[in-house]
Amino acid sequence: MHNELILAGFGGQGVLLIGKLLAYAGMKAGLEVTWMPAYGPEMRGGTCNCTVVLSDRQVGSPVTNRPHGAIVLNLQSIDKFEPLVRPGGILVVNTSLINRPAVRTDIVVVPVAANQIALEAGSAKAANMVALGAFLGASGVVSPDLVRDVLAETFAGRQKIVQLNQVCLSKGYEIGQAFVPALAGR
Amino acid sequence: MAKKLMKGCEAIGEAAIQSGCRLFFGYPITPQNEIPEYMSARMPQVGGVFVQAESEVAASNMLYGAAGAGRRCFTSSSSPGISLMQEAISYLAGAELPVVIVNIMRAGPGLGGILPSQSDYLQATKGGGHGDYRVLVLAPSTVQEAADLTMEAFDLADKYRNPVMILGDGLIGQMMEPVEFKRRIEPEDLPEKPWATTGNVGRAPNIVNSLYLRAEDLEQHNLALGAKYRAMEAEVRHETYRTDDDPEVLIVAYGTVARIARTSIDNLREKGLKVGLFRPVTLFPYPAAALAATAARAKHVLVAELSMGQMVEDVRAIVAGRVPVDFFGRCGGMVMTAEELAEQAEKLVSVPA
Repeated sequence: MHNELILAGFGGQGVLLIGKLLAYAGMKAGLEVTWMPAYGPEMRGGTCNCTVVLSDRQVGSPVTNRPHGAIVLNLQSIDKFEPLVRPGGILVVNTSLINRPAVRTDIVVVPVAANQIALEAGSAKAANMVALGAFLGASGVVSPDLVRDVLAETFAGRQKIVQLNQVCLSKGYEIGQAFVPALAGR
Repeated sequence: MAKKLMKGCEAIGEAAIQSGCRLFFGYPITPQNEIPEYMSARMPQVGGVFVQAESEVAASNMLYGAAGAGRRCFTSSSSPGISLMQEAISYLAGAELPVVIVNIMRAGPGLGGILPSQSDYLQATKGGGHGDYRVLVLAPSTVQEAADLTMEAFDLADKYRNPVMILGDGLIGQMMEPVEFKRRIEPEDLPEKPWATTGNVGRAPNIVNSLYLRAEDLEQHNLALGAKYRAMEAEVRHETYRTDDDPEVLIVAYGTVARIARTSIDNLREKGLKVGLFRPVTLFPYPAAALAATAARAKHVLVAELSMGQMVEDVRAIVAGRVPVDFFGRCGGMVMTAEELAEQAEKLVSVPA
């Protein structure tokens, strides 16, 4: 098992956070993990991404230009990362903010209206969690239960936040699971 | 202690605390700001001191004072800041003061940029400041190793009464990996330093100085320092990866590039190509004998660095023409991909030695 994943969006959409949750969940699953933020002369409102590697062996490069999967939450991110996903990989697309379809046909595209779903569940801020759930549903890289545990630990004492995020994760997970047969066909 | 997910910078900061260090002096610079940020929060919790100095020059001279008083202390900076500290590092080496200096390298020269680089290798390993001196240089490749080597750095600094440098790059500083801290030393458990200037009540005065006006004395001092640097060769260490079957191409890389190389090697091995890795962990002293022996079993050596070619000079001197040595580097803050590096190695497989 070796997965290199890129998570990308606007600064403030919480892509670094879902990357950390994924890395923690990977640790709980007994995997080797790395989390690497793209850092540079960034500006407020600019784009933001991180790379998470989950592996059953020691992680070599913590950065990748051929990810097995990507979560893109805004237009700039799909433009930048869709071409990089490995054939057969997974691309989770936030259709609430991305007004064009993915063009690749050799990858599994998981469209999810993350902002809308999160808003309906209580807050659009949890759109990142919907997208993460969708990715977990489609890929099965780690169990969503582990991410739920990590959420409860990360936001201990803030029950409302934990609950909202867990609900959004589950909603995304269900959507993602529908794409498992498409993946199995490859 | 359970494993925690931490940034390389934070792990270095925590490791310093676990080593009994209670004094941090520094000045902010990207990409190592997480170290002073972490220390500013943690030092008050453990009764330590965090000082944001007015400049790197000041911070490095505060180290001189604190180390002279016999206390464990450290600073961290990134390339341009480390250049500003070179005068003090020369004085620290001359006065034989144990300090730990962390350089999370960024691209240069000059202000350069804030992205990762390995272009301070020559500065770190060949002295850096004026005068005949060396600092011990340790190059971590994982966050766990960054923590472990930081803890060792304090011990080595005390053992040799010499500055020790942790040489990382922006990637290792910013990356998060699981880390655990394997031991904890309290400041009061550290051995006394009988040479330190702690107030000469009831004993003869101690003097901590790097000034020797008589040539005869200074030559003796230089000879003694030289002997000490040779004694440090007991500390050399390295790691090899997939070199047991006499690889056709031996990649030599340190720090972050070494882990990128592991990925390249795994991919090339899947294609049936015999490629291995030699990773120096100590850059000064350099694991020269081990490299010479490993390289002798290969057909080609490929040195990979985030620089225009610095460590390659040492590798060429050590290999001494017995095997051809090629170089591949990216610079300016560009980080080579595993594919790029694999391509360079693959080219050499088809070149007859």
